[in-house]
Amino acid sequence: MIKKITNISDQGIICDFGEEVNKDINKKVISLFNYLKEKSNKDEIKGVYNIIPSYNKLVVHFDLEKNNSHKLKEFILSIDIKKLTTSQKNKSWTVPICYDDEFALDLENLTKSLKLSKEEIVNTHLKTEFYVYMIGFMPGHPYMGDLDKKLFTSRLQSPRIQVPIGSVAIAEKFCIVYPYLSPGGWNIIGRTSIKLFDTKNLTNPCLFSPGDTIKFEKINKSELK
Amino acid sequence: MEQNHFEVLRPGINSTFQDKGRFNVQYMGLAPGGAMDYQSFLLANILLDNDKNTGAIEFAYQGPLLKLVKGKTKIVITGNVFFKIYSSNGEIIGDPYRTYDLNEGDQLDILATKASVYGYLSVEGGFKLDKFCGSVSSQPRAFIGPNEGKKIEFKDKILILKNSTIKKNKIIRDIKFEPKKIFSVLPGPQFHYFSTTSKKKFFSTPYMITKQTDRMGMRVIGASLENLINSNIPSEGIIKGAIQVPGDGNPIILLSDHPTTGGYPKVGSIISSDYDDLIQQNANKEIFFQLVTLEAAEQQFALYLEKIKKKISNIEEI
Repeated sequence: MIKKITNISDQGIICDFGEEVNKDINKKVISLFNYLKEKSNKDEIKGVYNIIPSYNKLVVHFDLEKNNSHKLKEFILSIDIKKLTTSQKNKSWTVPICYDDEFALDLENLTKSLKLSKEEIVNTHLKTEFYVYMIGFMPGHPYMGDLDKKLFTSRLQSPRIQVPIGSVAIAEKFCIVYPYLSPGGWNIIGRTSIKLFDTKNLTNPCLFSPGDTIKFEKINKSELK
Repeated sequence: MEQNHFEVLRPGINSTFQDKGRFNVQYMGLAPGGAMDYQSFLLANILLDNDKNTGAIEFAYQGPLLKLVKGKTKIVITGNVFFKIYSSNGEIIGDPYRTYDLNEGDQLDILATKASVYGYLSVEGGFKLDKFCGSVSSQPRAFIGPNEGKKIEFKDKILILKNSTIKKNKIIRDIKFEPKKIFSVLPGPQFHYFSTTSKKKFFSTPYMITKQTDRMGMRVIGASLENLINSNIPSEGIIKGAIQVPGDGNPIILLSDHPTTGGYPKVGSIISSDYDDLIQQNANKEIFFQLVTLEAAEQQFALYLEKIKKKISNIEEI
């Protein structure tokens, strides 16, 4: 549960759930996030700018004119996180992925470092049910886990200056998808055409939510839109 | 019928639409954004009797040259800004924090910010802008904001919602632009990661603001911070003003368009009441950091609000 809550600014606090990164801890972070979000939407907590869940931390950014860290800390510490229930339902998604060489820019190198064939890497990736720990860094960008131990790998020695949009990449025990053209140092194993952040959707632009589950489904290049 | 609008004759260096920013969106990976200097942004709208959160044009260093092609509008510029207005009566040098009437054909030339970075242009009734997640703030990198988040460009048509109806003009006199050198800092979540000696230096020696500074972050150069534990942490939520320190030991202060989460340890955070002044500091300027308590930071914030209220109560009709 929450180990401590400290100030990270006069308008921000961080709830610390410990150092470990695992689903059980993250699920606690997300249930507190969903609960506080609902409370804030109903204006039962005043002046909340943003609530930001991550692997094992929850940051609350608030307006010091309307609230203060003393009150917020007291409120959060009074919550029994084990008993939280919210109306938030997590979804399951199937994400199409094409593992063709022209998209899987690092697959060949991974076969050497992981000592697995391409098929083994692909099949292991396909078998895994991923869990969205958090969305961060840029709009819609999911951090998913956990990879099968066989696929644990470090980041690239030198990051790419530009990673193509929709690249699916792995590092350590996590898998990500790049929703925008950006620099990046993860190992690219395929490409998806799924739109993770849609600015035309004015109410709910982000496809995934923290806590959702994802399975990849292999497609051919011709099916990649 | 053609709508009231400005035509952009010169876009300026970094001109975007901004309001207070987006709320409750950061969990989607979307930065809050919003006006860098909230106080200047707010005063612009108040001088025009606009709704407090009406979108304005934010510019940096050199602003745009705009021609009012259609309509009659009242404008105000805030910040420490040098600008001119060209009309059929000739040319005048404008004062910031004072409203002016523009007639069809007039031009507004925002030449430069003086010893500062950001300024704001607001019009009576506001510009016609589409909101995304409750805000008109532009984030060009993520294609978010009016006109797909693009910076204001040459020949853009900027629509104005209505004709001016307010007769009198308003002014805040005696706005002071005092140089500020020392910025207050609260300890960050990884304060203990850094050696005592290097923290002592951080809080006593000067840091120079580098040119690698934009709406996303401010890089400063000075004594480097020595990390004793780890220069990578599992990514966690970030709020503006956080001072992150990557492996090279050189601090980066994260500003309004910051990434939503980050994996570098944070030594501290600029207190909220110093933020507007911090982002107005030019590149190559030397600044100092001082460690303060939460109580002191909260008191400073109350003073900051008090000062804004005082400026608002000093508004005079002319």
